[in-house]
Amino acid sequence: MSTTDFDLVVVGGGPGGYVAALRAAQLKLSVAVVEASHLGGICLNWGCIPTKALLRASEINHLLHDLGQFGFAVDNPRFDFQKVVGRSRAVSKQLSGGVGHLLKKAKVPVFDGFAKLAGTDGKKRKVEVALKDGKSITLTAKNVILATGARARTLPGLEPDGKFVWSYREALVPDELPKRLLVIGSGAIGTEFASFYRNMGSEVTLVEVADRVLPVEDEEISDLARKAFEKQGMKVLTGAKLGTLKKSDKDVSVEIEAAGKKETFTFDRVISAVGIVGNVENIGLEGTKIVVDRTHIVTDDLCRTGEPGVFAIGDVAGAPWLAHKASHEAVMCVEAIAGKHVHPIDVTKIPGCTYCRPQVASVGYTEARAKEAGHEVRVGRFPFIGNGKAIAMGEPEGLVKVVFDAKTGELLGAHMIGAEVTEMIQGYVIARSGELTEAELKETIFPHPTISESMHEAVLAAYDGALHF
Amino acid sequence: MAIDILMPALSPTMTEGKLAKWNKKEGDTVSSGDVIAEIETDKATMEVEAVDEGVLGKILVPEGTEGVAVNTPIAILVEEGEEVPAGPSSAPAAAPKAEAASASPKAAAPAPQVKASVEKGNRVFASPLAKRIAKDAGIDLSTLKGSGPNGRIVKKDVEAAKAGGGVAAAKSAPVAAYTPGGTTSTPHSTMRKVIARRLTESKTTIPHFYVSVDIKLDALLALRSQLNAASPAEGPDAFKLSVNDMLIKAAAVTLRRIKGVNVSFTDEALIEYNDVDISVAVSIPDGLITPIIRQADRKSLREISTEMKDLAARARAGKLKPEEFQGGSFSISNMGMFGVSSFSAIINPPQAGILAIAAGEKRPVVKDDGSLGMATVMTTTLSVDHRAIDGALAAKWSATFRDVVESPFTLVV
Repeated sequence: MSTTDFDLVVVGGGPGGYVAALRAAQLKLSVAVVEASHLGGICLNWGCIPTKALLRASEINHLLHDLGQFGFAVDNPRFDFQKVVGRSRAVSKQLSGGVGHLLKKAKVPVFDGFAKLAGTDGKKRKVEVALKDGKSITLTAKNVILATGARARTLPGLEPDGKFVWSYREALVPDELPKRLLVIGSGAIGTEFASFYRNMGSEVTLVEVADRVLPVEDEEISDLARKAFEKQGMKVLTGAKLGTLKKSDKDVSVEIEAAGKKETFTFDRVISAVGIVGNVENIGLEGTKIVVDRTHIVTDDLCRTGEPGVFAIGDVAGAPWLAHKASHEAVMCVEAIAGKHVHPIDVTKIPGCTYCRPQVASVGYTEARAKEAGHEVRVGRFPFIGNGKAIAMGEPEGLVKVVFDAKTGELLGAHMIGAEVTEMIQGYVIARSGELTEAELKETIFPHPTISESMHEAVLAAYDGALHF
Repeated sequence: MAIDILMPALSPTMTEGKLAKWNKKEGDTVSSGDVIAEIETDKATMEVEAVDEGVLGKILVPEGTEGVAVNTPIAILVEEGEEVPAGPSSAPAAAPKAEAASASPKAAAPAPQVKASVEKGNRVFASPLAKRIAKDAGIDLSTLKGSGPNGRIVKKDVEAAKAGGGVAAAKSAPVAAYTPGGTTSTPHSTMRKVIARRLTESKTTIPHFYVSVDIKLDALLALRSQLNAASPAEGPDAFKLSVNDMLIKAAAVTLRRIKGVNVSFTDEALIEYNDVDISVAVSIPDGLITPIIRQADRKSLREISTEMKDLAARARAGKLKPEEFQGGSFSISNMGMFGVSSFSAIINPPQAGILAIAAGEKRPVVKDDGSLGMATVMTTTLSVDHRAIDGALAAKWSATFRDVVESPFTLVV
């Protein structure tokens, strides 16, 4: 086989694309990846991973200022901000390199360039790649997976200007720690940056157009998150309307209307985190049967587009915009291509994690959504204050909330806020994926002492009553 | 010693099949030659005969399982009194296909559904939630098919059964995501896919050329009445010839008489068949199949008639053996019973000719003496592969076929 003809060409080397290539290699398909920027995509380079590195640093900074409760005294703890940022970049670089090694080990060729669909050659798809060295090459493949990802949405007047207004990209490599920071949007990206900068010492104002922060989460969790942010000294404005930014030489002022009153604030920097748009431009979708709806490629539940042999996965194929959703779609899509029997993804079984302080994690239906869907629910709650490990850790603020179907005992949803909950949510995801009922969860023995015990207690609370609260 | 019974390859092209039915239960004694199971392939249902004798120790693949790869152990045969091993001694055949064929039709294939109650003791694999919903709704889980991992029954299977008011197999994933007008997608059967592939291949790669002739049928119809009148009223020797039986014979006689049509075209050579094996298109509920009358030119009309009746009946029941429909050197497609006045057929590769037979109908004709009269006339259209057969040859063949039908005594001598 020539080096330009493959069973599968994957466009994009992010957590969707590179996983697709690795799985395809395992299934003995000949496969190549085309990547226009960095292997690992936004996730590894400009998203999930570098933000976790920054948030770890801000958590340490928080602890350094809270050492007294553990009996420590440290004088004048301080940090070198550029080293904090530098560590985050080094982490990304290490992992991106790791992806490169994995692909190399799997003998998957990587073409550095920008790919576009370029019609068909008989039964094969043609993919034209403008290589970084200025040359171009045409690949042919029986199947193409589009995994081109997404980028920050820009609103008029809030375009990143390289100075005052940042998208997540600039916010990951700040030149200096802004004294006064405005974060627009309180989804996962907005709250994580708000949390990082607040815990590093910036004065942070978090603005949300919806009536609560983290609007996709359960209302109780949103309320607790807001209280925790405010307790940390963050200013939180919900149901807010933003006026026009007025930029001066050294700062930005803006009128914000919230809770019935208008007020003008001045900031050194503004982070715009108002959602994302799919990367659907210039990849050769024009004139094909591939349907694009509001910047996302329309697919069926097996990731098929309107064009036979062309698939779309991950962010470019729509919400939820999560790396683990992209990777799972990648495996499913490749297995379907290889003729295996696959199960379509149920979005209510995809967990979501936000790494602000306190962390937030959830899966499935919120209480309100469960009721809207017609379920009669049983709700159980357990606060961290009743959990020995949380108290010993000095993390007594948190809550686990579970929503069951009262008739069938189905775990409809689970919602958590507090320390380490992003590491714990998988327990409920397994329960939901395996269709366990309250009976199995009640009979499961949780190890002591762990914060996870509060997951057990929340289930008990929904039925017979919690033991420790 | 325990012997693995493997999924047999019942045709050269078969890679997988559906285990339609077990005719023996675990613990049954099996003798060599016993029919132990029925397998459904892309074309037909076939019986699996036991090669060895013993006791059917364990059924590894439950009936109803689709997509069972060839050479996968399907059961274990043990000797009388021997302990049944837990699993097959050989590893299941490696299934993954190295070649990623066009993905969509594959993905659209119905999900393999494994009947859940497989193990001894009828253990049902179901999620706790599915069990509870089934119990509350009074549904017997052993009647359901699971759509979850490894055929596990999950919530949606039980809910589908509830909604359907009874036993229901879980539906596979919907196929159409972007058909705004509202349509219904039915996943293709294996036969439909084979028909689509072969006909597309034929019509796009073979240059078709058509020759039509009108043929007077009266003499053949008269002969048929005489012959049928000579049949005993009943008993094993009774027969009732159809017009089709006689046209099969007529085509076979013509192929023997006019050389060069009973052929296949390959890139390297023209293949001429020594036998005249006529494939006869038989319409069946989900498609079409072409059972073969072998050496039709050497068979009597009665032999052809008896054989055709048997083949057609078994074709409609899906019980043809592969060798009964694979091969053939020339095809006949008869749509006379539908009253069509003429049509052209698509060549059945690798053959080079197919004869389309339309209805015999009363038409005004000019007789030899120049006067007008009435005759039963049918239009036949011969489609040929123009790479192998020239126009003049096709015309000569058609004219000869007409002569044979119009002077049909050659069919009985």
